[in-house]
Amino acid sequence: MAKNKSKQYEEVIFKILMVISMVIVFGVVFSVIWTIVSKGYKAISWEMVSQLPGGGFYIGKEGGFLNAIVGSLYIVGASTVLGLIISIPVVFFLNVYLKKDSKLAYIARLAFDVLFGVPSIVYGAFGFTIMVFLGLRASLLGGIIVITLLIIPIFIRTMDEATREFPRDILDATYALGATKWETLKVVIRQIAPGIATATLLSIGRAIGDAAAVMFTAGYSDRIPTALSQQTATLPLSVFFQLSSPIPEVRNRAYAAALVLTIIVLILSILGRFFTNRFSKNKL
Amino acid sequence: MQTRRIFKDRLAKETMLVLTIVSILFVIVMGIGLYMKSAPILGEKSLWDLLSSSQWRPMKGEFGFLPFIVGTLWVTFIAIILAFPVSLLTAIFLTEYAKPIVKKCVFPALDILAALPSVIYGIWGTLVIVPVISEKLAPHFVEYSSGYTVLAAGMVLGVMILPLLVSLFIEVFSIVPLELREASWALGATRWQTTRKVVLRKTFAGIIASTVLAISRAFGETIAVLMVCGCMITIPNNIFESCYPIPALIANNYGEMLSMPLYESALMFAALILFVVVLVFNILSRIVLYRMEKKLN
Repeated sequence: MAKNKSKQYEEVIFKILMVISMVIVFGVVFSVIWTIVSKGYKAISWEMVSQLPGGGFYIGKEGGFLNAIVGSLYIVGASTVLGLIISIPVVFFLNVYLKKDSKLAYIARLAFDVLFGVPSIVYGAFGFTIMVFLGLRASLLGGIIVITLLIIPIFIRTMDEATREFPRDILDATYALGATKWETLKVVIRQIAPGIATATLLSIGRAIGDAAAVMFTAGYSDRIPTALSQQTATLPLSVFFQLSSPIPEVRNRAYAAALVLTIIVLILSILGRFFTNRFSKNKL
Repeated sequence: MQTRRIFKDRLAKETMLVLTIVSILFVIVMGIGLYMKSAPILGEKSLWDLLSSSQWRPMKGEFGFLPFIVGTLWVTFIAIILAFPVSLLTAIFLTEYAKPIVKKCVFPALDILAALPSVIYGIWGTLVIVPVISEKLAPHFVEYSSGYTVLAAGMVLGVMILPLLVSLFIEVFSIVPLELREASWALGATRWQTTRKVVLRKTFAGIIASTVLAISRAFGETIAVLMVCGCMITIPNNIFESCYPIPALIANNYGEMLSMPLYESALMFAALILFVVVLVFNILSRIVLYRMEKKLN
């Protein structure tokens, strides 16, 4: 009987601990969002998101951070497209051309898992050495290259997970109709479209928020770049630089930019969850 | 017609094979690139000197990485100590206890934590964590603390790796077949007993591997840590002193070192240290996780 009681106590104690952990998780989410929204809401204005930095911007005079918004969009847009072009064939190759227990597929998956774990600052440093090697300077192009490298592992891992659950019978059906493996791509793409969408949203989220990798490779500029060779500002860096200013007006703009960044990321995250819920039954 | 289709298939296969192999080789190219860039400083100083000296005076050509390494270890240690219990309990709750409706509320919250950019956590750290430490927490222990401390960096980092740890743990727990749990319930075990004696025991290796993955993520986190760590080149004596982790070192000094080749090489060596640690940790823990998945399926 005593033993029975102690096991009930244990159960209750750990249940309480779990509830406490839950409260911590929600508390932290709430605290972070609240901090950004309350600070950003007070600071943000239409002028900030629609104008370029004016004269004396960094001593608190007028202007906005449109340069950073557009710069981020350029980099994210281009690298997402490049990332998709490179990663869809790789995922297709791993899942259709290679056998289930292939050594190459094993090594490839390991490699992408490892690349996924490499910190973005290392990507930044490495990207910088490549650029020096190629004779490039900090530019929009440099930023695009590094961010593409950064998000390819995310693309591949997420899409690969979606494709692995893809029923083999459908493939067999296409082969029975005489299709080559290449021609089954049409079928596979249609089946894993939700997976591709989720992967894209995840990648965009990571790409738009990353500061360490673009720090050396994209540079910073007050203007919107008109060529690939020009430097460009990005949202996270704009937040980071303005925040280190001693002038309150400049810091306020950092909070406003942080709010914009947070809203973008939140929308992406909600859309991503929507796609996963809507289209996959087995996923958590 | 027939031969053209087959030719197309072959061509596609070859192209994809090349793409796949190139992207695998990328890991190696990255290592070699960083090594070549850090070769000048490795040629001038012994590896042991670089890692064990605490003198950092780039202008005099002294590069001791010890303060940065110690800073990184401190911050990572605190982050893991804080995040591990919370995320383990959260993951257990979600896989073993929670009803679907609860999961529907918790997952979006974790999604948001995972999606928020580093710089946002940095702001949160400077506005919330730093004042709390300098005004409320530190006065109980030390005379003065600016708040920009090892503890602040560890706390922010702990929050940042929380979603990663939870999702890795959930993945690991869901490999355990339901039948094993049912067998335990049938013997009269409570949920917690089942969790402790079946789920946790079966997945022990996976839990360790996941934690190692989270550690390697924490090692490389840059901007948020940079904003709250204080960036003072000292070896911290306690958690209420400032520190200067390796990623912050690289990020802070990148612009100014271009005129000095040896300085640039030193920073590249810092990136190489991060890369090697992350590489080793990732390969080991991923292999453990793959093995476990295979065994339990």
